[in-house]
Formats: sequence, structure tokens, C-alpha cells
Amino acid sequence: MKQRLVVIGAGMASGRVLEHLTDAAPDAFDITLFNSEPRGNYNRIMLSPVLSGEKTYEEIVTHDDTWYAERGISCRFGEQVAKIDREMKVVEGVNGHVPYDKLIVATGSNPFIIPLPGHDLDGVIAYRDLEDTQRMMGMGSGNKVVVIGGGLLGLEAAAGMAAHGVDVTVVHIMGHLMERQLDEAAGYLLKKSLEDKGIKICLQANSKEILGQDGKVRALLLDDGTELPCDLLVMAVGIRPNTALAQEAGLATGRGIHVDDQMLTSDRDVFAVGECVEHDGAVFGLVAPLYDQAKVAAQALLGEEAAFVQKTLSTKLKVTGCDLFSAGDFADGPGREDIVFRDPARGVYKRLVIEENRLVGAVMYGDTADSSWFFGLIKDGTSIEDMRETLIFGPAYQGGDTADPLSAVAALPPEAEICGCNGVCKGDIVEAINAGASDLGAVRASTKASASCGTCTGLVEQVLQVTLGDEFQMPTAQPICGCTDLTHEDVRRLIKGQELKSQAAVWQELSWTTPNGCHVCRPAINYYLLADWPLEYQDDPQSRFVNERKHANIQKDGTFSVVPRMWGGITTPEELRAIADAADKYDVPTVKVTGGQRIDLLGVKGEDLPAIWSDLNQAGLVSGHAYSKGLRTVKTCVGTDHCRFGTQDSTGLGIKLEKILWGSWTPHKLKLAVSGCPRNCAEATCKDIGVVCVDSGYQISIGGAAGMYVKETELLCQVPTEDEAIEVVMAVTQAYREGGKYLDRLYKWLDKVGMDWVKAQVVDDRENRAALVARFELSQSIYRKDPWAEHVKEKAQTYAPIADFTLEAAE
Amino acid sequence: MSWIDIGHIEDIPLRGARLVKTHIGCIAVFRTAEAEVFAATNSCPHKGGPLSEGIVHGQSVTCPLHNWVFDLNTGQAQGADEGQITTYPVRLEDGRILLDASTVAHRSAA
Repeated sequence: MKQRLVVIGAGMASGRVLEHLTDAAPDAFDITLFNSEPRGNYNRIMLSPVLSGEKTYEEIVTHDDTWYAERGISCRFGEQVAKIDREMKVVEGVNGHVPYDKLIVATGSNPFIIPLPGHDLDGVIAYRDLEDTQRMMGMGSGNKVVVIGGGLLGLEAAAGMAAHGVDVTVVHIMGHLMERQLDEAAGYLLKKSLEDKGIKICLQANSKEILGQDGKVRALLLDDGTELPCDLLVMAVGIRPNTALAQEAGLATGRGIHVDDQMLTSDRDVFAVGECVEHDGAVFGLVAPLYDQAKVAAQALLGEEAAFVQKTLSTKLKVTGCDLFSAGDFADGPGREDIVFRDPARGVYKRLVIEENRLVGAVMYGDTADSSWFFGLIKDGTSIEDMRETLIFGPAYQGGDTADPLSAVAALPPEAEICGCNGVCKGDIVEAINAGASDLGAVRASTKASASCGTCTGLVEQVLQVTLGDEFQMPTAQPICGCTDLTHEDVRRLIKGQELKSQAAVWQELSWTTPNGCHVCRPAINYYLLADWPLEYQDDPQSRFVNERKHANIQKDGTFSVVPRMWGGITTPEELRAIADAADKYDVPTVKVTGGQRIDLLGVKGEDLPAIWSDLNQAGLVSGHAYSKGLRTVKTCVGTDHCRFGTQDSTGLGIKLEKILWGSWTPHKLKLAVSGCPRNCAEATCKDIGVVCVDSGYQISIGGAAGMYVKETELLCQVPTEDEAIEVVMAVTQAYREGGKYLDRLYKWLDKVGMDWVKAQVVDDRENRAALVARFELSQSIYRKDPWAEHVKEKAQTYAPIADFTLEAAE
Repeated sequence: MSWIDIGHIEDIPLRGARLVKTHIGCIAVFRTAEAEVFAATNSCPHKGGPLSEGIVHGQSVTCPLHNWVFDLNTGQAQGADEGQITTYPVRLEDGRILLDASTVAHRSAA
């Protein structure tokens, strides 16, 4: 018979127990999972990247609904547990009782709130869960925040908010930051780089009182009388094991719930794991030992032998641009010697602490590439006698002369730990690779290496490369160009997350290596900025390819082509006469009908452009944007106006769509067509967005192409009315504008996000569709205009030479 | 050396260029920073692309036709491409752009 297992708390430790249990013995237990947060297990250590905007919440979810459903785990999320009745073996949730045979208590920890006067004011929070993170994300430029606590968590919170432009002050009671992990010199370098990010830091500062107004926090008062005004006050001074439930149930507790080496509490049927436990006098806050506990608890539940052993721990800070590492014990002491390396210009500091020819501690700032090698030496107690002179330069200098970055990884012994979070050593990874795991995803799936905080991803890839040699292709997450290591996706997310609203802000905040980019990244950044901040950011013509700067297509001889817009492909004798006159007047050598149902005047001299535009404008013709990464044409057939097969007014709809969409910029060119019946004379099914009219309404399909690559569109939806068809087209255009990578046609974007996602965004979720339409309209309030008319009026002289000495000489 | 005033720095957009027509061909005057200008031939040695229409970045320009990149200090093509554009002396004085008179006054042999 299946045993009944109840788990209280869906955090990272209990989540890992469930993974081990359901993998090893999927049918052994009937599992019920309580969680007081209204959600399942997410990667709590990644909240800081969520706060700074480098990740989204969805990306840090470890177990989603499907995961629980597939394992038959009955979830009671958002429900408090009132009591554990050990006599009856029942857990009493507020919505009902659940009996158990085995129980796991994983209640985690509570943030410690200093009982200062005013600590219960609105706007005083801890940094613990998603709600706290969201509260902090609600702060922006113009807001002031005080963070009490200069430890790991407090600094990640401060840096995350500073990235959003918040005015942040960190108040720390000690003489240097992160005093438990860093020595004074590294603490100084850290303070300096945080101050460079605009964060104010008060050291040796004692908080006296939190001042409020109308029940809301107003300022923090220090005991020297300084008042630090704030809209939000974050206390990040530490955590306390949450033992209340266990204590009430009569389990043995001290600082935490007492557990033995098998993670059993004083009750033989009750296990405890995670931050709520106390083992051999120690409590736990980092993730690595929690995962070890989880493994042991799962094995014990399955009747296997296992014992939890405490290990040396290492720390990394997840703040972009602050590279630090610390491990072991680095306090001064008799018999201890230091090896110190400093490079002030690069902001690099490394200190190794040696006792009896063994490495016992390491602190590194600015360059932590060799940290896992040093950490291995500490854990294994390796004698460093023979390599003492070159020790600080890392593994690459031990007995070799090569400076190949891979040699450091190649030199690591099999026991060297690669993934600290999951306790995976190099040997495990090599074993997995030899068993067939040939890429990062496969290694992650079989060993969990790099699956938590992700900072070791690069190392795992290097192990793959060292082990597989040429068979391993480093992954193709290509940076935009040589000016940055960031990918298009990274940059887009950071522009939104950090609210970067100018090119200068992007260069500075994202550490561009060139003063103002290059011809590859500038057009992309210009597009991302104008798409994300239509009102705040002003389009920069100098960051555009010549065609978009001059609103005409450059030809191989340096002349240009001019294509006026013909709405839906409809024109008039007057327009045609104006085009013919212009062609005569400016000696246009070639006049061609285009595939987009309009007329192309080829071979116009650059300096004649404003004049020919002005003439065309007189006849009511505007730019056709035949040169733009934006809306090109909406091709139509004649529909019900003339055609005996037409089912709807396809021409009318095409004209309406073109009048709504024209002038908008998109990641790549955007071509539409509307056909009046399924005979599809407008060839709508090979366009980026195509509409095919049918008797009962409008079929909208997307993602077609007919260039180097030919592809038929896929059906997005069918809608009954013209208005709704227009709405869907606007919404899908905006979704592509907001998510697409620069120079990806719509079909490439569709491949990445998937049709299901697009349907959910623009078809099923009406509210979201309306929001997309509203954002598109907002952007169009700036960009729906004729650039030709504007250039004729304001920029005509820039099309002429600044000086002409040929005329002068001819006199 | 005598200098000829061709215009004001504000006549050239920041990270943009304007043309000067001379008897030896078109010269592009680039504005690479608030108060920094360079002058070079407008014609790319590769396929004759108009360099004044290129994207200006750092102290370089990228040809709009096939993305050759030239360092405006030396006129040297960057990266894998091999080529050279002629650069001309130019200076800034109180916001006025001055070109070397011998450059622009030079008459072609014809």
C-alpha cells in the first residue's frame, strides 16, 4: 500500500526532496504539499536577477503546475497549516485535515526584523519572497529607499533597485561590507564599485528609529542624528529558522528544529530539511547544504542508508559587475600566513590564507576565474608546499607554460567542485558526458550542474569542451557584436528592466567596450529604445542605415530609388500624372512597377530627393517606406467591389490597415496582404501577416515569407468582424515589435515564441490584446507621419553639399 | 598652410557627415564627436560607395554598401579588408570647420 507523505513548505529544499523521491520511486508515496505562498517551488536565490531585470519570474520557476500534476502531487498552495497533530498523525490545514504516515517539515526561515520603533509602519519590508521583490520593483527614479544590512542579501537588493534608477542608501552596522565573507580590503573594493553604481553606503551606522507619517515610513533616524528620507525601507539583516509549527507540535527545537544525520527530528516519522533545521549546532542559509539534506532525506524515506555531512561553503554575490568570491576561514591568527595580490588599476584583489602548508581560506575580488580550483584546495586540504610561489596565479601556472583558458579547467581534478549549489564535481560531469550528455542542457538534466544560480554555466561548458574536444560546439548565444558580450535578448531585457532610455545609458550601464557602438549594434539599440520608450526616446537618424536615414533606397551607383505609397495598391489618374511629371522633371532613368503594388522611381540623385518629394507631396503622395525595417505595403485584391467571388471588402480593409500601420518601425520589414476570398489573389499566405476573407469573417495568419526562404503563413485565428481583424493585426504587430530580435523577420520571432504563445497573447487574452493595441497606438502617435514632408521642411539643406568649390572655380 | 572656412560644426549632425565638392572629387567631412572632425575622400576603394552616407562610430566610418570600416585617423581599412582612403587636413576654430586650401583649390589637370 502507498504511504501517505505530507510536506509542509514548497521551498528549494523540499522541492529537491520531491525530485529525488519521484525520480527514484514514483509510486511509493501519495504526496500532499502545503505552501503558505500562493505558488509552488521557485529558485529563490534568483530573486536578485529578477529584481534587477536580468531575469523574469517565469524564468526562475523550478516546478510549474504541470510538473506537480505529472507526479500526482496534490498541491495546497496559499493555505496555512494550523497545527501538526502527531498523536493522530494529521496535518491540520486551514481548509481541511490531511493524515500522514511520514511528514516533512520544510517551513524555511523568517527574515529577522529589528524591533526598532516604527518597524511595523507601512513600507517597512524584508527581502524574502516574490511579494517583497515586486514591492521593490515598484520603486523607480524619483524614489528613495534605505536598506538596513550590508550583507549578501541587502547588497543584492540595493544593486537591483539602483539598476532601476532608485536612490538607494545602505546602512550597515559593521566597519566593512559583507564582513562575514570578506576581509576589509575586498570590502573596500566592493563598496567602491557599488558607489560607482550610485549606491550610498553608511558604515558603522546604528539605526535608532524608523520615522513615519500617516502610518507610512518617511525616514530612518540614525543614532548620530542623521535622518535618511525614504519611501521604502528594506531590512535585510538575517534570517531565523521558522520553528513555530514544530515547536507547538512538541518536536525538539533549539535555534532550529533538531535533526540527526538522516534529517529525522525527535519524532521517527517526521523529517525536517532546509533553513528551519539545526544540525550539530549549525543552521543553514546557503543552498548547497540544503540540497545535500534533501538528498539524504529522500534516501532515508526510501529506507536507504545516507548521512548528512556539513562541508566548507563558498559565496558569490549576484550583482552584475561585482565579481567576488570567498571561501573558508580568512581571519588573521597565529601560524597563519597570507599571499596577497593586488592590481588597483583593474580593481583586482586576491588573498589566500595558508596554515601549515594548506590553503584554509580565499577571498577574491574583481577576478574570480580560478575560484573553483582554490575552493577545491581548501576542501581537500591539499598540500601547497610545491606550488606556493605561483599559487596565487592559479592552476594555469602550475607546471605548465600554456595560458589557454581551458587549461585551468583541464587541470582540475575529478573531485573539484564545479557547481556549488548542487554539489556537482568535475568527475560527475565528465561521467555524464561519457554516458552521452553532449550539450549543456543534457548535462544539466543528468547532473543538475548549473541548474540553480547558473554562475558556473561557463565552467560546465568548458568541461564539455575539454572532454569532447572538437565534437563540442560552444553554444551559439552570440553577442550582438564585438562591442559587447551581451546577446540581443539580454540587451532588450536590460533596456526594459533597467529603464535605459538613451544610447548613452546603454553604453554606460551595459559596459559597452566602444565609445558609441558600431554599424552593427547602433541600429539595433536605436530600434529597441524607440520601440520600448516611444515617448521618452528620440529616434537617432545617425544610428540608422543610410536608407532609413535618407528615406530612400541607395543603389549600387550611389543614386536612390523613390517609392510613394499607394494605399492598398489603389491609385488615381492625378497621382499617376504627378509621378510621371516627377520622373520627367528629375530625369529618372527607370520607372518600375513593384511587387507591392506601387511604382518605383529608380536613379534619383541624392541632392534631388527633397525636391522630388516636395513635388510628390503636392499631389498628396507620401513616403512608401520601401526602405524601412517597418511597415512596407498592404497588398490587396479587388474584393467585393468588383470581383464576382469576393466575400468581403478586401481592398477597404487593406487600406484601413495600411493607414493604421504606416510609419511604424519593426525588427525587420513587415509586409501584409488581404485577399477577398480563399482564391487568395493577393498572395496573403506568404506575407508576414496575411488576411484571407471568407463568408463568415476573416482568417488571420502570420509568419509567411517569400524571399531567400519561402514559407507559408500559419493560421492565428478567424474573427467575425473587420474591427476585430484590425485589432488582432495591430496586437500581433506590437507583440513582434516588443519581443522580436532586430533583423528577425516575423517568422523567426514566431519560431522562437511559438504559435501557442502568440495565440494566448493576442487571441485568447482580450485584455492583453487591448493593452498591446494601446501601446501600438501610443507609439504611432509619434511615428504615424510622412518623413518626406518633414525632411522637405526641416532638413532639405542637409541633402546638398556643405560647400561646393567646383562652382567657384568655374567662374 | 592656408585654411578655408567650409561651414559651422553644427551644420554636420553628430556622428554624421556632409559632402564638400571639389575638382579632385567629393570630400566627406565627418563629425565624430561634439567637437571633432575628420576629412577623407567620399569614395570607398572597394566599389565606390559614398562614405558620407555611412554610420559613424568612434573615429571610424562604415561604408553603406558592403560594410567596409575605415579608421578616419589613418584612412586604413579595418579588419580583414585591405584598402586605404585618402584623408585630408581639417581643423576646428571657434566652431568653424577649416579645410586646407590646397586640397580644395587644386584644379584637375583637365
